[in-house]
Amino acid sequence: MTPLLEIKNLKTRFFTSEGVVKAVNNVSYSMESGEILGVVGESGCGKSVHALSIMQLVQDPPGKITNGEVWLDGKDLLTFSEKEMKKIRGSDVAMIFQDPMTSLNPVFTVGFQIVEALRLHNDMTKAEARERAGELLALVGIPGAEQRLDDYPHQFSGGMRQRAMIAMGLSCEPKLLIADEPTTALDVTIQAQIVDLVKKLQDDLGMAIMWITHDLGVIAEMADRINVMYAGAIIESGNVRNIYKKTRHPYTMGLLGSLPRLDEDPGAELLSVPGLPPDLLALPKGCAFAARCGYRTEKCLEEKPPLEEIDGREHAVACWHWEEIAGSK
Amino acid sequence: MNTEKTPLVSVRNLKKHFPITGGFLQNQVGAVKAVDGVSFDIYPGETLGLVGETGCGKTTVGRTMMRLYEPTAGEVELNGVSLTELGEKDLRKIRSKMQMIFQDPYASLNPRMTVGSIVAAPLDVHTKLSKKEKHDRIQELLDIVGLNPDFVNRYPHEFSGGQRQRIGIARALALEPELIVCDEPISSLDVSIQAQVVNLLEKLQKELGLTYLFIAHDLSMVRHISDRMAVMYLGKIMELAGRDEIYLKSMHPYTQALMSAVPIPDPDLAAKSKRIILDGDIPNPKNPPMGCNFNTRCPIAKERCFIEDPEYREIEKNHWVACHFAEETRS
Repeated sequence: MTPLLEIKNLKTRFFTSEGVVKAVNNVSYSMESGEILGVVGESGCGKSVHALSIMQLVQDPPGKITNGEVWLDGKDLLTFSEKEMKKIRGSDVAMIFQDPMTSLNPVFTVGFQIVEALRLHNDMTKAEARERAGELLALVGIPGAEQRLDDYPHQFSGGMRQRAMIAMGLSCEPKLLIADEPTTALDVTIQAQIVDLVKKLQDDLGMAIMWITHDLGVIAEMADRINVMYAGAIIESGNVRNIYKKTRHPYTMGLLGSLPRLDEDPGAELLSVPGLPPDLLALPKGCAFAARCGYRTEKCLEEKPPLEEIDGREHAVACWHWEEIAGSK
Repeated sequence: MNTEKTPLVSVRNLKKHFPITGGFLQNQVGAVKAVDGVSFDIYPGETLGLVGETGCGKTTVGRTMMRLYEPTAGEVELNGVSLTELGEKDLRKIRSKMQMIFQDPYASLNPRMTVGSIVAAPLDVHTKLSKKEKHDRIQELLDIVGLNPDFVNRYPHEFSGGQRQRIGIARALALEPELIVCDEPISSLDVSIQAQVVNLLEKLQKELGLTYLFIAHDLSMVRHISDRMAVMYLGKIMELAGRDEIYLKSMHPYTQALMSAVPIPDPDLAAKSKRIILDGDIPNPKNPPMGCNFNTRCPIAKERCFIEDPEYREIEKNHWVACHFAEETRS
């Protein structure tokens, strides 16, 4: 079976007056249909830019995809023209963003915006599209959906706006839904509502979901697989259990250690990662994490570790010392 | 609340209402009850965590307590001195005993001032140190917060978010305060940097005997750093107890839902956890519901909750809850 999404050696660069920002560096992975993939990393690790690259929404200039292939459902997206991409976006792959206030147009009603998306991709009359829009809002759990279609975004609360964005994302039943930090701007009780909703929708509709986040907590309960990114590259990848239970990359270990947990002894000191992420304008020659790493050796500074499969597709890690780490646990 | 020790800070029935004006003459037509009757004590050397969701009034509590906002009603005492009655001059003097660390390290540092002059600002206002003494003190402060003392002549934009937060901490420490109000000091930082700053705050507390009011929305982080925790909702404290009591024996349905909504970074535990999903959103503080503030979302609300505002009462020793049915909801 061919995977739903396959990315090969993707490189995205931003050509700025200060130099070339290496935002995405040789990212390769695949996603099966119906799978939930979590993409985790801190700000500036390239997780959002890599998703925008899939959608070909990287602003050019200054951004440019300089290398690689993106195969979605047997189509090589990077060879597509802007016109062809417009057809793909929304219908094959849809994206929802972090801030629902800036991604909804404030001067149009929510209903108008969903109807617009529906009619762009489907042969529908206005009345049909409006009916479907009402159904979609009801599907994402907005009470009184029919009436709320005529509301403007500012009349919705933050959680409801994100629900409306999800409704819009689902409007054309995409095979892949990319959610870029969809709950970061929301409170925990609202976040729990949205996570619950997305899990339910995924069960019912069966689309693949890429959930981009900096929060290792949120995706632990929903993702099948996880990619951990650092300085524009995947440094550890695998199924959820392997990432959380058999962590092999020192950065992933640091991320997990930095999180206090409600079920743990609150007195213990947090395991923080010292130092700062590297400057993407001047990435080091060797491993990008070496400067902050406790396992660093001469080799790490000289040679970049490849993403090596240590358990087939179930677990891959980019570290020279993963065996030592495995042994020490 | 606790008879053995005398509190460093005690807050009684604190209220802050922001007026809403409207109409041609800008008459007051209503009020946003941001803080509506909050009482708590903070004991010397402890950390009191204040958690709640957006708009619950937690930041306003911190600011009103320090009289950055004029309280509408209520009492705040620091070491037995009532802050609410002080005039400008006396207030300025006592402010050196209480300092604040802000959420946004980008907005809270003046971009045109060097790190040295930012950290020196409180010293200029409150002390009469000589140039040499001031210089030494700045070097010492930067060293304490883990910044290279050679950076004194750099500007804030040359630092990362975590480093800027350290500058803010150095500034707060300059006058050797007794109380530091930390208002979401880590929410704008990346996970790995958050842990660095939290560890630093804990280290400083141990070494300098500081007392913190730690305001944040991140429950697991607040539980990690706090000795006791207060949970706020719509301008009121719903529950206040020791960090373990509030995690293991929470009585208020809101606290229980809030605790269960915190994601656990462990797939096995996450799969097992039973989540209480609350319906709806927080009501508008302009127009809070009758009776208990939480009644629009509460899974166990009964008739009484829509009529009568629950009393904030001490159900067990040092465990305060504002719920009519606290005895029944014990988990």
